[in-house]
Amino acid sequence: MKVSLSWLQAYVDLNLSVDELADALTMAGLEVEAVSDRYEQLNTVRVGRIVNVTPHPNADTLKLCDVNIGASIIPVVCGAPNVKTDMLAPCALPGTVFPRGIVLEKSTIRGKTSEGMLCSELELGLGDNGSGIMELNGRLSEGDSLNKALGLSDPVLEIDLTPNRPDCLSIIGIAREVAALSGKKVRYPEISLPESTDDIADRTSVTLLDTDLCPRYAAGLVFDIAVKPSPFWLQDRLMSVGLKPINNIVDITNFVMMETGQPLHAFDCDRLAENRIVVRTARENETFVTLDGKERRLDPEMLMICDGEKPVALAGVMGGLNSEIEDATTNILLESAYFDPVCIRKTSKKTGLSTDASHRFERGVDPGGTVAALKRALELIVDIGGGKCIQGIIDEYPSPVSGKTVEVNIGRLNRHLGTRLDDKAIEDYLDSIEFDVEKIDPDRFRVTPPSFRVDIARFEDITEEIARLFGYNNIETTFPLIPADARHPDKKIESRYRIKTMMTGLGFSEAINYSFISQQSCDHLELPAEDPKRNLVHILNPISEDQSVMRTSLIPGLLQTMKYNLSQQNKNLKIFEIGHAFFHTGKTDRQPDEVEMITGLWTGNRIDSTWSSKEVACDFFDMKGIVEELLKNIGIVNAAFTRMPAASCFYTKPGHTAQIINENEPVGLVGEVAPKVIRNYDLKQAAFIFELDLDRLVQSIPDAKSARPIPKFPATSRDITLIIDNDIETYKIIYSVESFQEELVENLHLFDVFAGNPIPKGKKSVSLRVTYRSSQETLEDNRVNDIHKNITARLMKTFDATLPAI
Amino acid sequence: MEKTIQQIHREALKELESARDAEDVKTISIKYLGRKGAVTQFLRNISSLPAQIRPEAGKKANEAKKNLDALFKKTLMHLESSSRESDDWIDVSLPGRVTPRGSLHPITQINQKICDIFTRLGFDVAEGPEVETDYYNFEALNIPQNHPARDMQDTFYISNAIVLRTHTSPTQPRIMEKQRPPVRIVAPGKVYRCDSDLTHTPMFHQVEGLLVDRNISFGDLKGILTTFVHQMFDPETGLRFRPSYFPFTEPSAEVDIRCVICKGTGCRVCSNTGWIEVLGSGMVHPAVFENVGYDTTRYSGFAFGMGVERIAMLKYGIDDIRKYFENDLRFLRQF
Repeated sequence: MKVSLSWLQAYVDLNLSVDELADALTMAGLEVEAVSDRYEQLNTVRVGRIVNVTPHPNADTLKLCDVNIGASIIPVVCGAPNVKTDMLAPCALPGTVFPRGIVLEKSTIRGKTSEGMLCSELELGLGDNGSGIMELNGRLSEGDSLNKALGLSDPVLEIDLTPNRPDCLSIIGIAREVAALSGKKVRYPEISLPESTDDIADRTSVTLLDTDLCPRYAAGLVFDIAVKPSPFWLQDRLMSVGLKPINNIVDITNFVMMETGQPLHAFDCDRLAENRIVVRTARENETFVTLDGKERRLDPEMLMICDGEKPVALAGVMGGLNSEIEDATTNILLESAYFDPVCIRKTSKKTGLSTDASHRFERGVDPGGTVAALKRALELIVDIGGGKCIQGIIDEYPSPVSGKTVEVNIGRLNRHLGTRLDDKAIEDYLDSIEFDVEKIDPDRFRVTPPSFRVDIARFEDITEEIARLFGYNNIETTFPLIPADARHPDKKIESRYRIKTMMTGLGFSEAINYSFISQQSCDHLELPAEDPKRNLVHILNPISEDQSVMRTSLIPGLLQTMKYNLSQQNKNLKIFEIGHAFFHTGKTDRQPDEVEMITGLWTGNRIDSTWSSKEVACDFFDMKGIVEELLKNIGIVNAAFTRMPAASCFYTKPGHTAQIINENEPVGLVGEVAPKVIRNYDLKQAAFIFELDLDRLVQSIPDAKSARPIPKFPATSRDITLIIDNDIETYKIIYSVESFQEELVENLHLFDVFAGNPIPKGKKSVSLRVTYRSSQETLEDNRVNDIHKNITARLMKTFDATLPAI
Repeated sequence: MEKTIQQIHREALKELESARDAEDVKTISIKYLGRKGAVTQFLRNISSLPAQIRPEAGKKANEAKKNLDALFKKTLMHLESSSRESDDWIDVSLPGRVTPRGSLHPITQINQKICDIFTRLGFDVAEGPEVETDYYNFEALNIPQNHPARDMQDTFYISNAIVLRTHTSPTQPRIMEKQRPPVRIVAPGKVYRCDSDLTHTPMFHQVEGLLVDRNISFGDLKGILTTFVHQMFDPETGLRFRPSYFPFTEPSAEVDIRCVICKGTGCRVCSNTGWIEVLGSGMVHPAVFENVGYDTTRYSGFAFGMGVERIAMLKYGIDDIRKYFENDLRFLRQF
């Protein structure tokens, strides 16, 4: 909302500087976003002295002028009759934006270059004389900016209004706030309608068929007017807040809307069938052409203004082409109404039409201001457009909106705000914003807000008014007295942060990717048609195709991150991300299942090339080691890694992927990204990933740690080397020994796996160190040897193994 | 007996004087004190001396041995330590070997810092779903269908009833439905708005806060948020509370802090106002309490919310919000 000081001052005296005013409004809840000067755009218009005038060789009415603009003399083509040598006139330079929105460019007129434009008052928005160029006082100096030379200044405040304050969508609305803040009174415009002998009741009628959607409709008639440009003062008002003047009738409706906040609409009365108004909802599939020339399909939720036969306006949003004011219009019917805000909002949303009128109606105009605005406009039309006003107005208002009253308990108000205001202070504040205050008893008021304050409905609304007028910053800062109890911290939140810091300790940096990804990601991951990750949650109104579905996996994000970093020449990457994946449940109106995942990606080197090392690329076991370390450190010690069946590997490479099992449940995977996926993402190097289901893991994270005693007696160890089939997963041997549940076995350590000469083809040798220890005594060799022999024998049998031939 | 022990002792001392390095000293040591060394030999042969000088010679010889032994050791130690300084060294200027630590995303770090501050003030941390029902995201927060306040946030829709949450505020009714007052929570999380330009990303992070109890006042809101700002930024940071509008609070307040960049003189970051908006807040609207079945005559409370990206920008001097989600390692590793 733009407010020029020149217009504002018509209703309230200002005793504040512009900066003080902007600050006061901001601190009262009307945030002033910017302060500019409307004449600032005349900065590129210079005082020019016309030093030479010659006829244009190719046009009789044009002249070629040399204009001294201080720094230089420029050629300007001019058609004004009053241009003459030695005259001082405003000369606009290329780039100048004129009040009516036109931007001046350097041009060639009939073969002659024109590097500027000599301007009339009208063109500059400084007056209504457009008959010739503006003659400036001879004592001004060439080259000065026109706004400075003439001392032109009119500050314009740009106010970012919150949706609860439609009453401030007008100059008077702002003036009321300014008055309240500076202890002044608002000067409302005085209205006097000329008398006439014609009675409006003989000329037209208004019928309301839906009084819920249109509680109030007022209309007036003015006959025999002339449609023409508005006088300068009216144009100037509109231009001061950035509106373009059109003609006197449209300008007056805009002026009154800006002044009072009440949108008005003028119909050409002669184009209304039966010269009357019917307000009804639209019929199914009815169509209507709005002022902008577009045909609109209507539905029964939309409210229409109709004449005796057909719709003539989309109520509260936009008028119709069929009843528009034209240059030849002489008789007009002026509408001032109060429409249901929700109805107007729905219509505006459905048609995609947002106008100054709909903006105000959907927030709520003053239901008590309908008639005053109408009379104000009628008066101006008679004044400016000539013609005669038909006696009386129509005001259909079958069930007047009753003023809400709010009971205010002074003690409760002070407790709520933390203030110590007395009844007098509160009464004064409410009085300053035109609220009616009636004392019930010494502690209680009955408060009736003015009809324009549609946002005030209950006690808390009154507290806000008091707080903002008293000043938020004058309220004493206190601290709540609250019990010192606390809830048990959320295990997932705690674990997540531990895992994050652990991952950084392991050298991984945290990435955060968007939760929405491209639908193509499923194809890029080579997911089969029936994969649960294809149960996508679609966004109805995505920003782009790339961000049109919610992710069911964090891997696409990590691969994109990898791609971005490779393009930035960050070739060695250790990144992780923890975040939600979203799975459609099959029901549209239900929230998706949100699963929190821990994911990581490693690409490039494990060891960089340095003075002491040659570079070594990372591999599966580097990534697996990370996962093992991570799980161990959050207290999950029994997770198993088994080969993922090739048929279950989609985005990871078959044979190079492990499934991670915890408590007999799959909780994730670790593996090499499948070469096909690497190609799909246009990546040029191998990458290793892991994913873990945080929600499942959290359930297995132990709540407490318990200390084990440090062993008192020495351990002893024995090695076993077995020759087994190459395709046996080596770690099955470890699991097998564990399954023997031999209580003296303390630790198992796999220290060598070897295939090749002299081991027979298809076989490998596996060496294991078994550590034995008793918590009761020092073990005797014989006892250990017996156990070890037994274990060896059982393993040989289980795995069909042989001992190495030495 | 060719030489007296005194002679042997003197010769040993003389030879030691001419020793150049540790090797020489060791050789001399062996020559005199080794198994076949002169002093050892002398001691071994002492029994062949006349009985009357035997005790005296034995005593002298043992003294000489002890003296020489100590001297050799001392000399050796001296020589070895001085050779360590000169010949035995490593190039300590070469870089060490390390697996570099990774870094937490700046958003995570600021998020944690925010939560830590409120945890110290007695708040618990809670979370809610990122895909919300229209009810919790809007209706329960006093933003009915067709209310102009819905324009304040551009919403991503999944269906008519399901949205990507536009703020962390839905955690307010969710928590209050489950818990009677007193309530003190902060709720961090991702939020989504259909808005993408230089200063907006369609996903960002917020932290929501809620405190409900008996007799909570607007003054208390100011106290808690002032403490927060002073802990998050600087204890001297100026701040102001400015009336604003949120459908779920009344009165509502924006909290501005003195621009951390220009200290209030005006710069690009604060659009020359000297102030930067960091928090939205207000007293919980009675309609919200009614929706969760709280008695508005018994309880009052306040709620607040802040954008994590914005605070991180101010704390770290980050000038482009899109940097947060590009995940350029050169960016991430700075934090």
